[in-house]
Amino acid sequence: MADRKITFPADEETIRSLRAGDSVHVDGHIIGIRDRTQIRIFDQGVEPPMDFSGAFLLHTAPGVRKIGPGKYAPVSIGTTTSARMVRFTEPLGRDYGVRAICGKGGLPDEAIEPMKRYGMVYFAIVGGAAALETTQIEEIEEVAWEELMPECLWKFRVKDFGPLTVGIDAHGTSLFHDVQEAAKKRLEDLYARL
Amino acid sequence: MSTVATDIQKAVEDAAAHLYVWALKDIPQDLRDAIRDARERETSVPGQRVLDTIIRNVAIADDRTTLVCQDTGIAVYYCRVGEHFPLHPARIYEALYDGTERATVEHPLRSNTVHTLTRENTGQNVGYRVPIVHWDFVPDWDGLDVKCVPKGSGSENMSFLKMCVPADGVAGIKRFVLDSIVNAGGKPCPPGIVGVGIGGSADYAMHLAKEAIARPVGTRNPDPEVAKLEEELYGLLNETGIGPMGLGGDVTVLQCHIEHADTHMTLNPVAVNYQCWAARRASAHIAADGTVDFDREA
Ligand code: SF4
Repeated sequence: MADRKITFPADEETIRSLRAGDSVHVDGHIIGIRDRTQIRIFDQGVEPPMDFSGAFLLHTAPGVRKIGPGKYAPVSIGTTTSARMVRFTEPLGRDYGVRAICGKGGLPDEAIEPMKRYGMVYFAIVGGAAALETTQIEEIEEVAWEELMPECLWKFRVKDFGPLTVGIDAHGTSLFHDVQEAAKKRLEDLYARL
Repeated sequence: MSTVATDIQKAVEDAAAHLYVWALKDIPQDLRDAIRDARERETSVPGQRVLDTIIRNVAIADDRTTLVCQDTGIAVYYCRVGEHFPLHPARIYEALYDGTERATVEHPLRSNTVHTLTRENTGQNVGYRVPIVHWDFVPDWDGLDVKCVPKGSGSENMSFLKMCVPADGVAGIKRFVLDSIVNAGGKPCPPGIVGVGIGGSADYAMHLAKEAIARPVGTRNPDPEVAKLEEELYGLLNETGIGPMGLGGDVTVLQCHIEHADTHMTLNPVAVNYQCWAARRASAHIAADGTVDFDREA
């Protein structure tokens, strides 16, 4: 399990060099999205006004303070549960060239194939660690679709964002899948002891 | 910390406003100790990474007096009202409502409350039947205890109820708790506190499960039979291997707490309510003269 530092946007080769279990810190730009943002893109067919190629998408609805027209300062930025948004994984990779999706709690197994096919990874963040996460966001550079507040499209500039754990890599390995399988086996033994 | 107010309703409102923000920023010592113990026991590398990050996060929230977690939750209060306390519960509710709203506006805190059908935001963490307040009444006493538990949605979404039949016995209860926590995986931000409610009726079992997560970490049910089951489930749950944030490891839960009630001879309800590692709670004791004593550990 390696310790890696990656700058986003990132290319396919970098992403494919990651393995499930690796620890990663991120520099550069990441994009905040959530349920309503993706419903607008994929269900309502509205083109996002930000470039997603090579992008790192973070599942978040940030707590912010307005400091000017279209300008916000972070108050408390944390991460939400990813599983609800799994159905967007494939089109994000196929149509937009997204390279990384980051959230908490993991993505179900249906994300494994598209991640392998399009060269994407899932980064597991430590859920609830918003005090730390907020200090790693240098600036909110851009916000689009403000009317969806707080589920807008956010562009954050980050420094040393992490630690993140590669939960699903681009080679078909998912820690979440493996942990569930192992747990189900253990449950059989545990049931026998009840 | 201790304050004196002449207007008793104002005293309760001020206490609620303080408790809500305080709970979100400063987690109790018993929880800090449980997280440290978990770090010492954990042997998986991703699990250790998660627990180190949690410890770092709590330290940053202390240093900068910021929120531990971004989810300000749904405000839940537990009240123990003395028979002779000079403010009627109807007014205590008003005070808790006003205090929650004021804290949200003044801090400001993210507001989470929406109408359950329209999903429109209904106010500043208050709304129809929100905050949620649970009541206990105490004879021969003139005080009021208020405990504030801001409950995050990631863990609340991992709540489960099963109407086991009596023939399922205690084994059925244990099995349901184990299955629930394995199914929840990393979603409720483990390792946290598993609250289990057994007996009563369907709704009451869930109420008891929620009461269980609000106890100080590692306290045991006074009924020795129930306490034994808490110990056993705590051990079994940590053998599932789900680990911190569901990434695999030795520590899946910080504790298992159980509350119980007698039930009907043909009922055997079991409810599970999960509380994440950010198990926030803060309490105040309000005396009849309006003196308030805050207590993070209660
Ligand atoms: S489940 Fe708890 S720790 Fe995780 S994001 Fe929600 S409130 Fe925070």
